Amino acid sequence: MKELVTRRKLITTGLAAVAGFAGLQTAAHIADKFGFLPPDHQGLFGVGETLTYASQRILMSGHSLAPEFSLSEISKVAPINGKPPESDEYHRSSVNQFSDWRLMVDGLVARPRSFSMAELKSFPARQQITHQACEEGWSFIAQWIGVPLSYVLNLVGVSERAKWVAYYSIQNDWWDSMDLPDAMHPQTFLAYGFNGQDLTIERGAPVRMRVARQLGQKSVKYLTRISLVDSLKHVRDGLGSGSPSVGFSWYVGI
Amino acid sequence: MAQSDSVPALTVPISALVGSRRHSAIVRITHWVNAISFLALLVSGIGILLAHPRLYWGETGAVGGPSLIDLPLPFVLDISVINIRGPSRYLHFLSAWVCILTGLMYIISGLITRHFRTELLPSRFHLAWHSLAGTISNHLHFRRPPEEEALSYNVLQRLAYLTVVFIFFPLIIWTGLAMSPALSSVFPWLRTVFGGQQSARTIHFFVAVSLVLFLVVHIVMVIRAGFRARMRAMITGHSSASRTTK
Repeated sequence: MKELVTRRKLITTGLAAVAGFAGLQTAAHIADKFGFLPPDHQGLFGVGETLTYASQRILMSGHSLAPEFSLSEISKVAPINGKPPESDEYHRSSVNQFSDWRLMVDGLVARPRSFSMAELKSFPARQQITHQACEEGWSFIAQWIGVPLSYVLNLVGVSERAKWVAYYSIQNDWWDSMDLPDAMHPQTFLAYGFNGQDLTIERGAPVRMRVARQLGQKSVKYLTRISLVDSLKHVRDGLGSGSPSVGFSWYVGI
Repeated sequence: MAQSDSVPALTVPISALVGSRRHSAIVRITHWVNAISFLALLVSGIGILLAHPRLYWGETGAVGGPSLIDLPLPFVLDISVINIRGPSRYLHFLSAWVCILTGLMYIISGLITRHFRTELLPSRFHLAWHSLAGTISNHLHFRRPPEEEALSYNVLQRLAYLTVVFIFFPLIIWTGLAMSPALSSVFPWLRTVFGGQQSARTIHFFVAVSLVLFLVVHIVMVIRAGFRARMRAMITGHSSASRTTK
């Protein structure tokens, strides 16, 4: 009797495990179809990443705005992470006040082209005072000035096949990507100003990404290229960003 | 079976419990799954905290500005030798999902089976002064619990478990969610009720410390009450009292 029970238990547990695995496969397939599958969805940790990304995508389907603050709430202290680029190319451009800087926008767009800083600054400027947290734990409130990414994307004409926006820094190992809902979000900026002034070199001059609903690591500095793709599988290591390969997650809306 | 007289709030006589289980299957499964997820959350939480062991109050906080508490811990930021923080973050959010889902399962089943009402909510008898004083005195004198406590929870256990289930866990989950920039765009009140993102982070830390203190006392009590019997009860469901009467 006892043996029978254990065998039955064993069989049910086995069946449950198989069903669970099949269920996971199906869930991953469905998640991918709806755009709920983050590029670093592989492995055990990927299950948690997918649950977080998918559930937040559903909750944020109304294009919610990050809270904005008043000028008086701007933090006195706003630390900077990372070192400025050391390449000659960057140094030369900075000496020229970035007059020769080009931001390329290509991939699945109707009219791929590059933009100079003068052009970017000629577009309707917006500003936002938002909270930015670092995954390390600290945070600050600051004013960002720039042009919404959606403005530039609409200029080049995004193809209907495009699902992701990959973006690259002049620092070769720093790149990231986001989905179209984040890219078209009104608070996603190509920022060239900070607290009323031009971005300093330490802060990402001449232009950086600013993603208000994710942690600071998404705000790639020294932007040189933005590329629209239908899949991130074949973009560099296929993990959607430089972060997963060094052990950090791709999606940081946390 | 004279024991049944001394078991307050136990509506069935012990004879009826013979062969029955001390802990239901759902309580045992959610207990152990949650125990594993809590340990994973704790270890990974320390890994994340070490990047910035400094606590603030309000919306923002950073080195160079005022802090609430500077924890006597090193800043572990270098990931070139070993990256603790990144994998800790992956593990933290995965275990948080496990913790929340098992917690929901436990809460829903507890409401349906009336587990909270019959086994955790203290009765008027429990809260009467002489009963309360007796239980507290037993604990202060480190007396081994009376035999009947193998079948029911005493008032301090009930209050401790209710606090953990209905205050500490909801609060630590809430403050965890409140730190998310994405969720705070949908539900700004998640963090504004605490005064900001950094306040939520600080409360998250102190609730974690409270849960660790609970865990330590919990384990000490299990050892005091008879480690093997209590572990058996939480693993197989059978308590020693119902075994001996078999």
